[in-house]
Amino acid sequence: MSAVPSPATPARPSAVLRLFEAAKGAPGPTLAAIVGILLAAFAFIVPLFAPDPFNLASTSVMDAFTPPMWMADGSKVFPLGTDDQGRNMLTALAFGLRTSLIVGLASVAIGLLVGGALGLTAGFAGGWVDSLIMRVADVQLAYPALLLAMIIDGAARSALGQQRDVKTAIAIVIISIGVAFWVQYARTIRSSVLVERDQDYVAAARVTGRSALGIVVLHILPNVMAPVLVIATINLGVAIITEATLSFLGIGIPLTQPSLGTLIRNGNNFLQSGEWWIAVWPCALLIAFVVSVNVLGDHLRDVFNPRLRGRS
Amino acid sequence: MLAYASGRLVQTVLVLVIISFIGFLLVSNLGDPLASLLTADSTAADRAAMIKALHLDEPITTRFLSFFGGLLQGDFGISYRSHEPVAKLIAERLPATVELALASLFITLLVAVPAGVHCGVHPRSALAKAIMFGSIAGVTLPNFVVGIALIGIFSVKLGWLPSFGRGQVVDLGFWRTGLLTASGLKAIILPAIALSTFQVALVIRLIRTQLMEVGLSDHVRFARARGLTDNRIWYVYALRNTLLPVVTMLGLQLGNIIAFSVVTENVFAWPGLGSLFLQSIQAADMPVISIYLILIGAMFMVINLFVELSYPLIDPRVLRRKA
Repeated sequence: MSAVPSPATPARPSAVLRLFEAAKGAPGPTLAAIVGILLAAFAFIVPLFAPDPFNLASTSVMDAFTPPMWMADGSKVFPLGTDDQGRNMLTALAFGLRTSLIVGLASVAIGLLVGGALGLTAGFAGGWVDSLIMRVADVQLAYPALLLAMIIDGAARSALGQQRDVKTAIAIVIISIGVAFWVQYARTIRSSVLVERDQDYVAAARVTGRSALGIVVLHILPNVMAPVLVIATINLGVAIITEATLSFLGIGIPLTQPSLGTLIRNGNNFLQSGEWWIAVWPCALLIAFVVSVNVLGDHLRDVFNPRLRGRS
Repeated sequence: MLAYASGRLVQTVLVLVIISFIGFLLVSNLGDPLASLLTADSTAADRAAMIKALHLDEPITTRFLSFFGGLLQGDFGISYRSHEPVAKLIAERLPATVELALASLFITLLVAVPAGVHCGVHPRSALAKAIMFGSIAGVTLPNFVVGIALIGIFSVKLGWLPSFGRGQVVDLGFWRTGLLTASGLKAIILPAIALSTFQVALVIRLIRTQLMEVGLSDHVRFARARGLTDNRIWYVYALRNTLLPVVTMLGLQLGNIIAFSVVTENVFAWPGLGSLFLQSIQAADMPVISIYLILIGAMFMVINLFVELSYPLIDPRVLRRKA
């Protein structure tokens, strides 16, 4: 990257400046960032003005199966067509992406919180605490996150019974995806903490009489965040795919609620009969968003952590 | 080597016991076996008999021991949903999933090895660049989207291949196979491709990176100096050096294959273990879910143990390095 400052530069440029510099030299990631931001804006702004297509009062079954506007029988009112209930696909996509984004962000936050706390504890405490946490992580690694999320979801269904409202169902999805991903964060943070805890600044903080918790949270945490935030960016894409997969399989967000997964699940029912747009638009939106998040995440990894460059 | 192998064996067994215990805790704490298994008109005597049969009146340690003993003898408990033994449900569904997994492994090797070798030998060719671009798609695209796209193109648009089911199956007594009939073979193509996309992409990338390194090593240069043909050099001498990472990765990816098989089986209505697992989650059928959890853990551990123990066979240098 040409944006890396020469050794002669005394002050390190701020992260924002480095990002901006990097953007000039990397048109691909910049494009990805713009696409991602535009899609996110679409997801959060459209629902403020458009009627909820999943509210039965705002749709009419008479409009059902309208094709996109450039096809015969298409209508300008529904640029991307309508589904079997006469929902406007364009606004349904915005509502769906919004749910998927909220679930994705919330589950990444939970994974970060759980993994961060356990990783910090393991790295700083060492000894049997460290062994215990890391062995649990090893066992969990035998199970892919998707499968684990399914199992947690099934266990939660069993614990709560089948009568659950929409909010509980969404919370279960968020927690099961979040918990399924904690290992990566914990491992990364732990390995960084192992390096940091022997540094002079930690010894200095110890001498001033700070508590272990204070040292970990105030001094070590800020120094180990960069690689973790990069993983979190990449995991946002994975979390959104996981949500979509769970919902597609009918064990995630309930069908009465729009998410990319439930939209695709619904559209899949009409693929055989030729109403392709009901499934294709949410698939395309999912791919566009996830690809832009991944390209951006890969790039951030290079910018913030040159040591990791080239590794996958 | 022996000490190392036995150490790994003990570790594997220990982890399996822990996984079984977690599975046991799930069944024993979640859901109500009595409400699920007894019918509405059952008497108090039925109830007492059921409590006795399920060992619900015994302390938790005894219950775990009998649960674990049952696992070893193939007694996996009773499904809350269908009231049938879990072992029977799994045995019915196993052939479909094993055939699908083998077919996807076959496709993975058939496609990924030549493609990976090409990308490793001619990294700058246009075809290699196209393959690498495709492999990014293979890693990024969600599994169910791949399945939907395949159905959309090959069954709906072109009408070449069926989009659901196993086709006609032949009962061999111990195994119901779909690989012996034309309709069965046609039916397995699309799901096997959908299941293999992720693996294909990973193996291509792995072989490519490995070959680019191996290509610079002495034994390949000597082979070239001896005047061997390019094909022989790359496929016989160089490819062997990439085997170790490829086998290791396929072993570690096993979990992902199982997870994706749940998705693929759902998309293609494939009557395998994955569909059973999904139905069990929807019905909160805890015995099946926990047995599935234990079986996957066991399969993952055992296969990766074999993979690790087979290293010296694949690459004798491993043994020398350890000594």
